[in-house]
Amino acid sequence: MKPVFALIVALLASATHAETLRMAVTTSFYNSGLSEVLLPEIKADIGLDVELIVVGTGQAIRLGEAGDVDAILVHARAAEERFIAAGFGSYRREIMYNDFIFVGPLSDPAGVANAQTAVEALQAIATTEAPFVSRGDDSGTNKKELALWALAGSPPEGAWYRAAGAGMGATLNVASGMNAYTFTDRASWLNFGNKGDLKLLFAGDPSLFNQYAFIPVSPARWPHVRNDLALALEGWLTSEKAKGLIDGYTINGAHLFSFNAVTP
Amino acid sequence: MNGFWEAWRLIITLDADLYEIIFLSLQVTVTAVIIASVIGLPMGAWLAVNRFKFRRYVIAVLNAFMGLPPVVVGLFVYMALSRAGPLGGFGLLFSPAAMIIAQVIIITPLIASISHQTIRDLWAEYHDLLISMNATRGQRIKALLWDGKRALLTATLAGFGRAIGEVGAIMIVGGNIEHATRVLTTAIALETGKGNFAFAMGLGLVLIVLAVLVNVLIHIIGKTERASTW
Repeated sequence: MKPVFALIVALLASATHAETLRMAVTTSFYNSGLSEVLLPEIKADIGLDVELIVVGTGQAIRLGEAGDVDAILVHARAAEERFIAAGFGSYRREIMYNDFIFVGPLSDPAGVANAQTAVEALQAIATTEAPFVSRGDDSGTNKKELALWALAGSPPEGAWYRAAGAGMGATLNVASGMNAYTFTDRASWLNFGNKGDLKLLFAGDPSLFNQYAFIPVSPARWPHVRNDLALALEGWLTSEKAKGLIDGYTINGAHLFSFNAVTP
Repeated sequence: MNGFWEAWRLIITLDADLYEIIFLSLQVTVTAVIIASVIGLPMGAWLAVNRFKFRRYVIAVLNAFMGLPPVVVGLFVYMALSRAGPLGGFGLLFSPAAMIIAQVIIITPLIASISHQTIRDLWAEYHDLLISMNATRGQRIKALLWDGKRALLTATLAGFGRAIGEVGAIMIVGGNIEHATRVLTTAIALETGKGNFAFAMGLGLVLIVLAVLVNVLIHIIGKTERASTW
């Protein structure tokens, strides 16, 4: 066991260098590509290395509860408020928003493109029993989709409703392979490289608003977390510089996120 | 197929990010293979030369553990290393050390099992000689490991093969963090998730070529498969 121990000590020493903050972020945020713009700027401005653990919102919150990350950036308000109420997070700070969209086959057998609201779009899919792929992974996107199904009146059941149990990209791959409908955030969709015969069919309903919030893990609950670094990052994320970068980020000319952090 | 050629362009132009990923893949797996060999090879030899009450059951369990599901090992290591877990105080989660620990657990039974089978056959051959020389247990194990070294190389390479291609466990305990714990297999999973199939495929071929190169290199160093040293 001696070499094992020596190795662990060596790796431990190298792992605890300098200023590194660990943050759990959602797959939808990561797949948007925005982090690749922000992280180098954060490093340049405040000398902070931000390590991202890319998971669904449900798992991000559990990583925060276990004290395995210093902060989380997620998009599921009800779950965030429970996280804070339970004492795991200090507070939530809204940073930016984008929106959810429905994508589906070009032929659009359920006529989702003609729906007036998001709920109507789901009802059209349920009535025609057109194949629909759900994240099925307790992520922010999944929670939002299930909330909309609850509003639509009927729980989605049947062979046409497939829960992929996977991240946003993997779910889009399944939908692309099955030529099925799915519910996704706009950023993941624009950055997705395997669109196949899928097309954006419905967007713009106010209920599809997607708010991202930053929550530092509570240092009262987990004394080892780097709260000082989390605060430094929060300061940067809510700065004028971040506003410019977030609002200015585009993919193929399409605007993705809108900065909406307020100065307290 | 632009992504596919992109992967190869990155190799030829010595892209720093790609080489960082390749280097970490090798660093994690080679370290894990060394540790697992240090534990597994003598364990296999020890099981071959010793007779004790539950020996057959221990060997059966060891053989069964060759097929340990990596994702379960990953979950187990995650629970142990999490801040909320028993070893949380070390702060090892989401580090290369955590990935090495998971890989050691996955490949040690494989290396020990193959080692045991090899040494058992050799032991049958050497039994009378070593007993008549009045060799101690430790000396017997050393002699058997030394004389079986070429066959034991297969055990080590099998461990390397399983570890270098593993993704389920290291994704959970490493977290696939860019510039920290991203390795070839987790990068392939990530690119597949983004729908960049061609780039993922390019990385996959890099992984396969890397595995072949390491095996060839080991055979050259070990001078196996040559007429004089069969």
